[in-house]
Amino acid sequence: MDLMEYQAKELFARHGVPVTLGRVIEDPAEAADAATELGGRVVVKAQVKTGGRGKAGGVKLAATPEEAVAKAGEILGMDIKGHTVHRVLLAPAADIADEYYFSFLVDRASREYLCIASTEGGVEIEEVAHTNPDAIAKVSIDPVVGVDDEKAAEIVAAAGFPIGAQDVVRKLWDVFVAEDASLVEVNPLVKLADGSLEALDGKVTLDDNAAYRHADHAAFADHASADPLEAAAVEKGLNYVKLDGSVGIIGNGAGLVMSTLDVVAYAGSQYGVKPANFLDIGGGASAEVMANGLGIILSDQQVRSVFVNVFGGITACDAVSNGIVQALELLGDQADKPLVVRLDGNNVDEGRKILAKANHPLVTVVDTMDGAAARAAELAGPGAEKGQ
Amino acid sequence: MAIFLTEKSRVVVQGMTGSEGQKHTSRMLAAGTDIVGGVTPGKGGLSVDFAKRSIPVYGSCADAVKATDADVSVVFVPPRFTKGAVIEAVDAGVPLVVVITEGVPVQDTAAFFAHAQANGTLVIGPNCPGIISPGRANAGIIPADIAGPGRIGLVSKSGTLTYQMMYELRDFGFSSAIGIGGDPIIGTTHIDALKAFQDDPDTDAIVMIGEIGGDAEERAAAFIKENVTKPVVGYVAGFTAPEGKTMGHAGAIVSGSSGTAAAKQDALEAAGVRVGKTPTETANLLRTVLTPAAL
Repeated sequence: MDLMEYQAKELFARHGVPVTLGRVIEDPAEAADAATELGGRVVVKAQVKTGGRGKAGGVKLAATPEEAVAKAGEILGMDIKGHTVHRVLLAPAADIADEYYFSFLVDRASREYLCIASTEGGVEIEEVAHTNPDAIAKVSIDPVVGVDDEKAAEIVAAAGFPIGAQDVVRKLWDVFVAEDASLVEVNPLVKLADGSLEALDGKVTLDDNAAYRHADHAAFADHASADPLEAAAVEKGLNYVKLDGSVGIIGNGAGLVMSTLDVVAYAGSQYGVKPANFLDIGGGASAEVMANGLGIILSDQQVRSVFVNVFGGITACDAVSNGIVQALELLGDQADKPLVVRLDGNNVDEGRKILAKANHPLVTVVDTMDGAAARAAELAGPGAEKGQ
Repeated sequence: MAIFLTEKSRVVVQGMTGSEGQKHTSRMLAAGTDIVGGVTPGKGGLSVDFAKRSIPVYGSCADAVKATDADVSVVFVPPRFTKGAVIEAVDAGVPLVVVITEGVPVQDTAAFFAHAQANGTLVIGPNCPGIISPGRANAGIIPADIAGPGRIGLVSKSGTLTYQMMYELRDFGFSSAIGIGGDPIIGTTHIDALKAFQDDPDTDAIVMIGEIGGDAEERAAAFIKENVTKPVVGYVAGFTAPEGKTMGHAGAIVSGSSGTAAAKQDALEAAGVRVGKTPTETANLLRTVLTPAAL
């Protein structure tokens, strides 16, 4: 789970990282009081889970409380890379002497942790990597040892941070480890006019697999910004991602479902047809799971056909077929789009027999994945009404 | 030969007394695997009856290895106990640990992987279907009846795509098929498997399946260019995945310009690997590149 800036700062504060929490508001009218309380001159910052806020106009300086109201009004509701701004953070304008970049992350390539630090902060680090790669220090961290005093000193020296920055480095490491983060990024980490350091921004990615160790992290979930279909899927415990197409996809296993999306997009390119969603029903695939999945997909107004693609490894195809038949019964009139089903693997003959016997008018069984994708794409295509 | 796992492998199952562990131990036995013991803390001295054999349970990996000379462990324990289980296997001197468990916190994986590496233990997974050397042994959950023994090597991040590809090429069969998992940190990588297949005299051609996220496929492409002389065909899943949305596997996410399927395909093709648009097309590519000796 990615956190918004104000949430990341809450975590920073818990571990002693110097931050100013400011005030989070959802209504521009609250901005005047908040700005007054924070000393009048504030920065109004869009709270969205994406980078490039500044460039998109989502960060603005307000000299007075009245201006804060106006700026908050401009930013709230703004769309930044597909993310609607529901909240803004008001923070007192800081007296900045220097801007640095700092992060801890999981490094897939070395399978260790990596610290990236630079005195060239406040801009996109990818840009610095391109224009001035020597200004970026990369220090690898052994997961068994972690960041001790020695490692913190090594990081500070490599980055060219001021003496005394070790303390902040150690505290940010505490955030990374204690909160089970896979990314802790501060850009900018600033040196204030008085020489002290402060995290002026924060980006944290928490490891969902570690959620069982952190009951308090549930409060960070952002239900307001989620797509309504995705939110409904989460409630049913389904692994669903909404996309912008017309062929609903259900499959088992993340890799096979990703592949199914591609094969449908490939088959549908001649009609301009694309997949409508990612939905992995995993192993099992009981009638209830199938009904829940189909229910969500069919409530997507863009969907014109559905492709059920299952390879029975441990899952048995007869169970999947029973699931489809029962799901269609459960859904009744709500099921009104053609379903193309491709089954292979464990108990496939029995599975196909069940579907043949049910002989449901909406269901077509196609033997191959590519053939089924072509059929599903065709059914969602422009000529579908006539062809059916 | 096959890679990593052969008919000589002596396998213990950590978590054998749990429902998943028991179910899959039964399947692994049916596939001919020499399962020599189970490990469940507090249940040492018990045994579990399977169709043809009764398998002893040990209270620790150290006890199991001492009694059985096991050289492979398959881990089915729940996520919160996985780190401890792998470290225990490493400390008991098990040279290969296959971690099936899904949902392991990445910092736990980082810790047990570092410990395994420091002690020379090979880890496969976590969150993977394991490895099968058809006709010889099966360590994990890959169904043994999809394809028989043959001379193709298969390495994949995804479980169901492993099954799909084995099914597509069931007429040829496999020396070994290995699912390495889709988590951000995994033990055995594409490169490790490619290297082993290149060195395996019983493997004639290799299928490599990747997916979005990270740059493992790009690094594998560079490795193939320099080190692999056997024919390799590739498939990459996730061309339609949008930026910033995780597609099922924790590691399957496109961030910015990195981790895209197109970049992976380009890198593989630049290394001389032919990449199929669909799993079926990829299987057909393999048929065309196989040497006559393999047919």
